[in-house]
Amino acid sequence: MHIHFLDPYEPGNSPIHALDARVKFVLTVTFILTTSLAPAGAWPVYILLFAISISVIVLSNLGVGTVLKRAAVAIPFALAALPVLFTVKGESLFMAQLGFVTLTASVEGTERFFSILLKSYISLQMAITLASSTPFPQLLMAMRAVKIPRLLVAIFGLMWRYLFVLADEATRLLRARAARSGAVPQAGLKTGGSIVWRGKVAGGMAGNLFLRALDRSDRIYAAMAARGYDGEVRGFALPRVPVMHQVVLIAGLIVLAALFGLSRLLGA
Amino acid sequence: MHHSIHVDDLSFKYPDGYPALKGVSITIAPGEKVALLGRNGAGKSTLILHLNGIFPVQQGCARVCGIDLKGCNKQELAQVRAAVGLVFQQPDDQLFSPTVFDDVAFGPIYQGLPEQVVRERVTQALADVHMGEFSSRISHHLSVGQKKRIAIATVLSMQPEVLVLDEPTAGLDPRGRRELINLLRELPQTMLVSTHDLRMAQELFPRSIIMDNGCVVADGATQALLADDVLLQAHGLEHP
Repeated sequence: MHIHFLDPYEPGNSPIHALDARVKFVLTVTFILTTSLAPAGAWPVYILLFAISISVIVLSNLGVGTVLKRAAVAIPFALAALPVLFTVKGESLFMAQLGFVTLTASVEGTERFFSILLKSYISLQMAITLASSTPFPQLLMAMRAVKIPRLLVAIFGLMWRYLFVLADEATRLLRARAARSGAVPQAGLKTGGSIVWRGKVAGGMAGNLFLRALDRSDRIYAAMAARGYDGEVRGFALPRVPVMHQVVLIAGLIVLAALFGLSRLLGA
Repeated sequence: MHHSIHVDDLSFKYPDGYPALKGVSITIAPGEKVALLGRNGAGKSTLILHLNGIFPVQQGCARVCGIDLKGCNKQELAQVRAAVGLVFQQPDDQLFSPTVFDDVAFGPIYQGLPEQVVRERVTQALADVHMGEFSSRISHHLSVGQKKRIAIATVLSMQPEVLVLDEPTAGLDPRGRRELINLLRELPQTMLVSTHDLRMAQELFPRSIIMDNGCVVADGATQALLADDVLLQAHGLEHP
């Protein structure tokens, strides 16, 4: 049995799936930049960005609910921004007593916190749509096309390739452990061992996995070197982006630039 | 008396919908030694992983050492895991502890046996596989043949009634293979061994079961089955 659930790609034949990966990649990164650069409290811009993101999801046929649910993983991370509630000076909204310290939440701080929450949620929606509608090898190609350092792209590629192998290996280790986790029908024996012993076993397994990953990386490197790898990742020249897709790219960039301008205006 | 292994009309589908087992029925009596033959992807490993409850019974029935694996509780499942020693094909998967001792001791410690008993079990199991002096060695540094024997010791220490081995001779050199065959011959447990090594099947196992495409296609005396060239070729096997 192999692990597939790590791969977010979902095949389909929507316009979003068909769009050139390079165009998608550049537009997604620009979208995320525009979103994150929008100043706190620029609600009209957020609404427009959210509308764009929802339209793209609808076009991609991935299912609005699915993408929105997946994007919700951003929310716990956005909680790291919770302190801005209390650190930004401004009109007092409510007080929280924390031991000896009294924290005062300001209206401005609250506004900024919810802006961050919303912005990370919208950005992630777009990132998930990109990953779900583009096969990973094409994403790598897009990264190469926009001149992300080749070594970095190669590392992404190898990571994606071997993450599955490693996950399979971990599954087999866990299975082997389960197979020997037995009990004898003799009364008075407490099965399972002590917590410390269990921790030691799990630690041993993690160490084992690490050693094997290291061994494997040596073997992979040897196999690459045996075929002439010299530290430089080479690839075919990339095909041109079709004209229609170029038009989409330019139109998308203009819209995002306009939104960026609007958000600056609102910020000022 | 119950049968050691009794599988009736067992079917299994992987989460992606691939039907790996389609109505498999086999019965293995206590003390019997049986080879499970078949090409890659025939369903041998899937069947084996059912025998101590790693895969749940989806359809059909599997009784192992008197316990019905369908709808058995956690306690019974643990008893099946103690009664059936499952030796995986890749010894690296089976050996997950830092030292040989820790690995062989895993089963008995998990069962909650007292330390003295655990030590005795480990010594005995390592002696059974002729690896007594390897107790403090690091599993990672052993040869494949040594790892295979340690993997068998890791289940012998649980004193199982049934041994189920997946491709025990795969990847061994002739001497390693010979040593493993001699070892399997010495072990008294009921045995079901999945293998492509038809010569070993001929030498060790009076009875063989041939699987193909998720079904049992032949079940009988090894000599008779291996003499049937048409049967072997039809199911991707080759006369030794």
